[in-house]
Amino acid sequence: MSIFKKIMTAIRGGASEAGEAIIDANATRIFEQEIRDAGNHLTKAKRDLTGVMAEQMSAKRDITRLEKEIHEHEGYAGQALEKGDETLALAVAEKIATLESELADQQQALESFTGNADRLKELVKKSERQINEHKRQLSMVKTTESVQKATSAITDNFSSSNSKLLSAKDSLERIKAKQQKFDDKMKAAEVLESENSDTSLAAQLKAAGIGEQNSNANSVLDRIKAKQK
Amino acid sequence: MNIHTIADHLNSLADNSDTGMNFDCQPISGEVDVLQITILGREELPIFVSVTDDQILCISYLWGTDEVKSECVSNMHESMLEMNIPMPLSSFAKIGDKYVVFGALSTNSSFTDIEHELAVLSNNALEVIDDMSDYLL
Repeated sequence: MSIFKKIMTAIRGGASEAGEAIIDANATRIFEQEIRDAGNHLTKAKRDLTGVMAEQMSAKRDITRLEKEIHEHEGYAGQALEKGDETLALAVAEKIATLESELADQQQALESFTGNADRLKELVKKSERQINEHKRQLSMVKTTESVQKATSAITDNFSSSNSKLLSAKDSLERIKAKQQKFDDKMKAAEVLESENSDTSLAAQLKAAGIGEQNSNANSVLDRIKAKQK
Repeated sequence: MNIHTIADHLNSLADNSDTGMNFDCQPISGEVDVLQITILGREELPIFVSVTDDQILCISYLWGTDEVKSECVSNMHESMLEMNIPMPLSSFAKIGDKYVVFGALSTNSSFTDIEHELAVLSNNALEVIDDMSDYLL
């Protein structure tokens, strides 16, 4: 069963009750151990791969050397034949035969090393993918458990502080009311400020003798005099 | 990154947060460390933050199954699924008998990322309750 399904089954089965583990702690530990083991295997496989690749390189070098030597000796044999020294030519030919059989051996070894290296590379890649997959699954289990533990901590905290959880709608209403109050305050402050600036402007105008002026005794007298005329 | 470094950072922001929100952090002790974050003016909808091996989880509780009008459950679920992708950064989930919105961040996230996440999560939570209130008692 996939981890996903296990978690789903466990949650559906009521394991979401506080304190109850999704997958028992022992199983989680075993899983973690498996991931560590796989990691160790991977390290070993990588080390083996390095060894095989080194041998592969050495075989390649030997092959190049042998091919060169064979080529050289073929030249020697030709030269011996040109000089009419059949015995020497035969001796060289024997040497070439030995070199050729060595070359064949090395070529076979190289083939096998190459095959091994390819297989190990594939294995390393596969193991890495598997470990990552296991880690992802483990993280799912651990996150589920962590969320449950966190939930029980939160629930305990609420019940111990005696604060009753409001319903979602009530919470929203209260937050909106607070926001409204804040907005109202801001608006009131704005209005107040604009009023203040109005009065100060009026004061400045009056001081400058512009606009409506306060009536004083002289102006009243002037008005009465004007009427009597 | 752990809940204490997050708390220190958020508390140090005071009125100077980029998001304009004022965060108050309160660690809750338990088997797993949880940080309760309240936002000034939105005390009724706290956000709970916990840090695991590879992620930072921010969760806000929305409502309980008992608050949903029984004839609306299926419609509500459908709406939630449909809203899941359009809703920025947050997703719906259910923990026990509570519906939640949550956001998950990498433990390599910056403080600015976390602050942004919390602000968006809080806005999402408020908006979701408002939008889904027809389904609720």
